Parts: sequence; C-alpha cells; structure tokens
Amino acid sequence: MTPRWRTRLLVGLALAVMAAAIYFPILRRRVQRAARLQQQSEEQARRELTLTLPANPGQPRVKTKLFWASSTEDGVLVPTTADLPLSDDPVLRAKQVLNTLLAGPVDTELRTLPPDAALLEFYLLPDGTAIADFSEALATSTPSGIQSEQLAVDSIARTLEADVSQVQRMRILIHGQEIETLAGHLDLTGTFVVNTNPAPAPTSQPSATSAPAADKASAEPRKLTPGTAPGKLAQPGHKP
Amino acid sequence: MLLDVQSSLRNGIFVIGGLLSFVLAGAALKSSSQAPAQPTMVPPVAGQTQRGGLSVVVLDPAHGGTDPGARGTGGVRESDLVLEFSDPVRRALEAQGLRVRQTRQGNDDPSLDDRSAMANEQRGTVFVTVHVSSTGLAGTVRVYTMTDFPPMTDTTGMLAWDRAQAPFLELSRKLGDLVQGQLSQQFKGSPGTAQTAAVRQLRTTAAPAIAVEVSSVAVDDRAALERMAPGVAGAIARGVAAFRPIYEASPAAGALP
Repeated sequence: MTPRWRTRLLVGLALAVMAAAIYFPILRRRVQRAARLQQQSEEQARRELTLTLPANPGQPRVKTKLFWASSTEDGVLVPTTADLPLSDDPVLRAKQVLNTLLAGPVDTELRTLPPDAALLEFYLLPDGTAIADFSEALATSTPSGIQSEQLAVDSIARTLEADVSQVQRMRILIHGQEIETLAGHLDLTGTFVVNTNPAPAPTSQPSATSAPAADKASAEPRKLTPGTAPGKLAQPGHKP
Repeated sequence: MLLDVQSSLRNGIFVIGGLLSFVLAGAALKSSSQAPAQPTMVPPVAGQTQRGGLSVVVLDPAHGGTDPGARGTGGVRESDLVLEFSDPVRRALEAQGLRVRQTRQGNDDPSLDDRSAMANEQRGTVFVTVHVSSTGLAGTVRVYTMTDFPPMTDTTGMLAWDRAQAPFLELSRKLGDLVQGQLSQQFKGSPGTAQTAAVRQLRTTAAPAIAVEVSSVAVDDRAALERMAPGVAGAIARGVAAFRPIYEASPAAGALP
C-alpha cells in the first residue's frame, strides 16, 4: 500500500470513528425511548385486558367506598362514596372495586396507586384469604417510602374491607410472584388483615372445612401463589 | 463456615437450610455470602431480666449500593442522605454513653437479613433504621414500629427468624413513642406517637426496633433536609436514653442474643 492510500485509509477510519461517536448517543437514546414505549404499551394493553367491563346494566347500583389519600391531612386515607353496579360474586366485585380504585380519583394528587398499575388477577380462597396479583408497575412506580407504600396497601385493604365483606385477609403478588417488599420498605411476604368480622361465605364457595384454619393461615408463613395456593381457588368462570 | 466460640453462654441456635449451625452472641457466622434462609432462634426466657443494660444501638442507614431508595426530582437520593444523617445520630447517641454499630459506612448494600443480624447477634441492643421518604409533609418525621403478627415457634421451641421481632413489639412501641414524642417537639406537623407498618427490615430484628422516616426527597433544596439532621439526631438520642430504664426492667429484653 502506498503512503498516499495509507493516509486516505487512516482519514477514512478517523471519519468513521467520529461519525460513530456522534451517532452512538443518538442511537442509544432511540433504543431507550423505544424500550420505554414498548413497556408503556405493554402495561396499557394489560390494563385494557384486565379492566372491568361495566357490570350487567340490570345490576342495581350500590354505594361503594373507595379509599384515596386525604387532601387535607398528610398520610391519611379518606373514603369516597360512589354508586357502582357491582356484581354479587365476591371475586368479580373485588375486581370491579380494585379497578375503580386503580383508575384513581378525579384529583390525581390524591392517588394512592400508580396510574400504570393494573390488576392482573384476583383469587379468593375459601378461608377468606384474597390474592391480588398486580402488574410490575405497582412495584416499580409506587413512590418509595414507608408512608407511601403503606398508603398504597391500606387503600387496597380498606376498599376491600368496605366493599367485599368475604375478604378477611389479603396477599399481594406482583406478576404472579411473591416479592419481598413493595418499593423497598413494606413487607409483601405476609398477609394483610382486611376484615376481622367477615360476612359468612357465600353458598357458591367450596366448603370452609376444606380450607386451612384461619388462625393457622395467618400464623404460618408460606408461599402462596395462584399455582400453589392451598385449597380451591374461587375464580369466576369468565373474566369480567 | 466461621465460628467464634468466645461467648458460648449466650448462644442462639439457628437452623439454616437443614444444617444445624450455631450463632453466638457477638460472633460472626457466615456459612456463605447468602443470607440465612429460614433460621430459628431460642425464644426469650420468661422472667429473665437484662443484666448488662442497654449499651448498643445498631444504626441502619437504609438502602445503599445499587439501591438508591427514594429519589427526588433534583437528584436527591435517599441512600446518600441517610448516610449523612447517620453521622450526627451516631455522635448524639455516643454522647449518651451508648456504643453505635452502623450497618454500613459507605455506599454498600448489606442484605436486610445481614442488617438485622448485627442486632440479633448481641445483647443490650436497640435497632434504629433511618429513611427519607418520597412523600409526606416536608420537614416532618415519622417513627414506625412493626405491625402485630403472631410469634411462631417450631417443635423445639425456637423462634422463627422471619418473626424475630414478635417478642419485642411492645418494647419497640415504647421506644417508638419516646422517639416520636421528641421528634414532634422538634418538627411541627409530625405525629405525636409512633405508627405501625409492616416494615420488612423490622420483622427479622430480635431487639426493640424502630424505623425513622424523614419527609422528603421531593424538596427543592437539599440543604433543607440537611438542616434537619441535628434535630433528628438529638431526638433519637434523647428518646433512646429515656427508653433505657424501660428496657432494663423488661424481662424480654435480656433473653435473646
């Protein structure tokens, strides 16, 4: 190779390196933006799939309490009452109220749950233990902190307590998995007490004798996932 | 495995992953770098009182390493702030004649179980974990203790590691109320008494344990948070000092390693 061609080659390589140095950050930003958009659209799709359809138009509207943050007191939940056509089936009813809770109040400042979080599935065991399975956004988008994580879980528990009397206690899963904390602080490996004076189980539920004793269920830590949960899962025959 | 048999009279017995292991008070036990899976420990002996008194505070600046904790829009990170808070807190506690052991000194991230183990492996200890929240009224401080949960012992009468806090709930609440009382005098708008929450870090701690949470990383001016540090430190130290006689009179406090 002649010195002239060698120079040309070096200049060409130098230009290619410079062009790559300029283009690489642009490319990286585009890839990150595409990943973000994909994640958002996945969450949106999941949310649309799991959103409760309006209940039977013939269903009577009942007063429903939804717990969001207080506008006047720091770290306090207050009930908002709405008339909703709720199902009599406790699982469908729980999905309806939780999806309404997730949709949030008119004043978005009073939200307790992130707007992109979705309820993926809800199970009710015969012993009154509810298993609420949420999308990853509940864990990744809930503001980190004891107070904010406590408000998020309390708003779910108190809404279920007010509107679905069959739920005695609740476990929270994230995308079907048990995780250690919600956003770094609040323990999600145990059950949360929802209702200490539950209504009698509906007749459509399996016999309570087949379920683990309530005291035992609350005293013994064990991994409860929809796939391995003890007892028969009370699921509706179709998605709402 | 590393065993220090210096203090064999103060043994706690832990069963780790099916293997019988011994954790000694004041000893370091590391069977591996992993946290113990579901160990158990000997339960408190009724009627036994604390002989040595309250002498150590395990101070836990939360998060660290790859876990920044809460993050503010201005780039404020909880993990950095709590490390800054820990210096004045440590000095204030030492001024009360207490020894302070910190769960981390720099930007590392010990596991939640390793942090609890620092308190569980010795007597005469209280545990204080410090946090800065994402939310809440700016300039306020809240103290949390663990929510009620039943203790669980196995057939040998040992207490489960993941329920180590259960025998200490009442003491933790007394400590929490004392510290919160001091904080509410310093920081207007803070609650008058401690609250309860299912804080994961507290559950595995076999000692009176509280979480102190400052609001918040959302402030525009980081200096506003830094100015709170001396007040928070003084309140924690005065609260722990006021808790000493309660701890020393308690039967439960002296029984666990």
